[in-house]
Amino acid sequence: MTLALAVDISLILLVLAVAGWTIAVRDTFASVIGFVAYGLLLTLVWVRLAAPDVALTEAAIGGGLTGALLIGAAARLRRTEAAARTEYPGALTRILAAVLAAIVAAALAMSVLALPDPAPTLALATAASLATTGVGNPITAVLLAFRAMDTLLEAIVVLLALLGVWSLAPDRAWGGWPGPRRHVNPDGVLAWLARLLAPIGIIVGLYIFWIGADLPGGKFQGATILAAMWLLVIKASLADTPPISRTWLRVLLVTGPLVFIAIGFAGSLTAGAVLAYPEGYAKPLIIAIEIALMPTLVLTLVLLVLGAPQRTPPG
Amino acid sequence: MNTPTLFGLCAAALVGVGLYGLIIHPQPLRKILAFNLIGSGVFLLFGAIARRGTIVGMGGDPVPQALLITGIVVAFSATALAVALVLRLFDEAGSVTLAPDTPAKAQADLPDA
Repeated sequence: MTLALAVDISLILLVLAVAGWTIAVRDTFASVIGFVAYGLLLTLVWVRLAAPDVALTEAAIGGGLTGALLIGAAARLRRTEAAARTEYPGALTRILAAVLAAIVAAALAMSVLALPDPAPTLALATAASLATTGVGNPITAVLLAFRAMDTLLEAIVVLLALLGVWSLAPDRAWGGWPGPRRHVNPDGVLAWLARLLAPIGIIVGLYIFWIGADLPGGKFQGATILAAMWLLVIKASLADTPPISRTWLRVLLVTGPLVFIAIGFAGSLTAGAVLAYPEGYAKPLIIAIEIALMPTLVLTLVLLVLGAPQRTPPG
Repeated sequence: MNTPTLFGLCAAALVGVGLYGLIIHPQPLRKILAFNLIGSGVFLLFGAIARRGTIVGMGGDPVPQALLITGIVVAFSATALAVALVLRLFDEAGSVTLAPDTPAKAQADLPDA
């Protein structure tokens, strides 16, 4: 057995063990912690699959932001634990569920073993057209040139999710601040960590955003790191989000998608197709879209983690 | 057996584990978590397929890899919406049970009955 194979198999066993544990463990909070560990392990899996861009996204969003979101929710739902424990289904349901899950997994496993060889790939087509976009990272070229439509729709889906979350606010809190009021010792460890880590994190986030044109990285990964830093500062009560009724906040939230749509439609005049770029202008336009999307993404991600407004609006 | 196939099989097992958790856990937050496990299994399967499409100079097929990044971000926003729904249910009802209300139970749940 080669070393690489041994690493792969141990990693897979570890991933499956942690995944099984997050399902098997009784306590929801423990399960959420398991899920964060699982997200970090998946990051290693993505590295083994030679997908560093996905690894960065998984570490930042899959493990980081989803973890923060679920930990917050689990802490608030602590009181429901005892009631939920009385509702577990009987042995028969469990056995049937296990059989169903095994059948689905087996069917998937068989299709993995039956995948065509040689594998179909668009890598050659991407490599051939990469030069026309002017960016060096093929993933960024796919996200913002070849499949820009997906990225545009994604930016809108994320915004729609935020509208959905906001619409769950109680009437008295509409237009107010998201999340509960926090009281944290200003000389405590959390505040100290936020002061120490946030400046470094902001630099790392901007760097990952900027190198995304040519190396693994990009706006999603960079935006998530910036969002995480802002969340850290908020949780340490060194800063607060603005109330969601602020006009500048709402303008910033729609700026990214609007710039993207404007450049997309301009393409139908200058390059003959929606979301096409005129020859020679692909890279500056891609960078313009990324810069416009960045603040929107940071803001949206932070507000998604903080949830619906809970505190009454000012005035 | 090569790396993509191994991780493809791992992905199949993860979907199975997640599906089992989705069915048996009564607590909605656990269901959201299990659903995320299923999702990550699907992503991993897609990633294994991307890795199979490798050419010289590229670690894998960049098209599925880029779609994975989009997918992870969309999965996060869907999770955030689901969590917000559960928290709102908790604020309104004081519990997050998904069990169908029997008349006797509904009576017991009323605050001043």
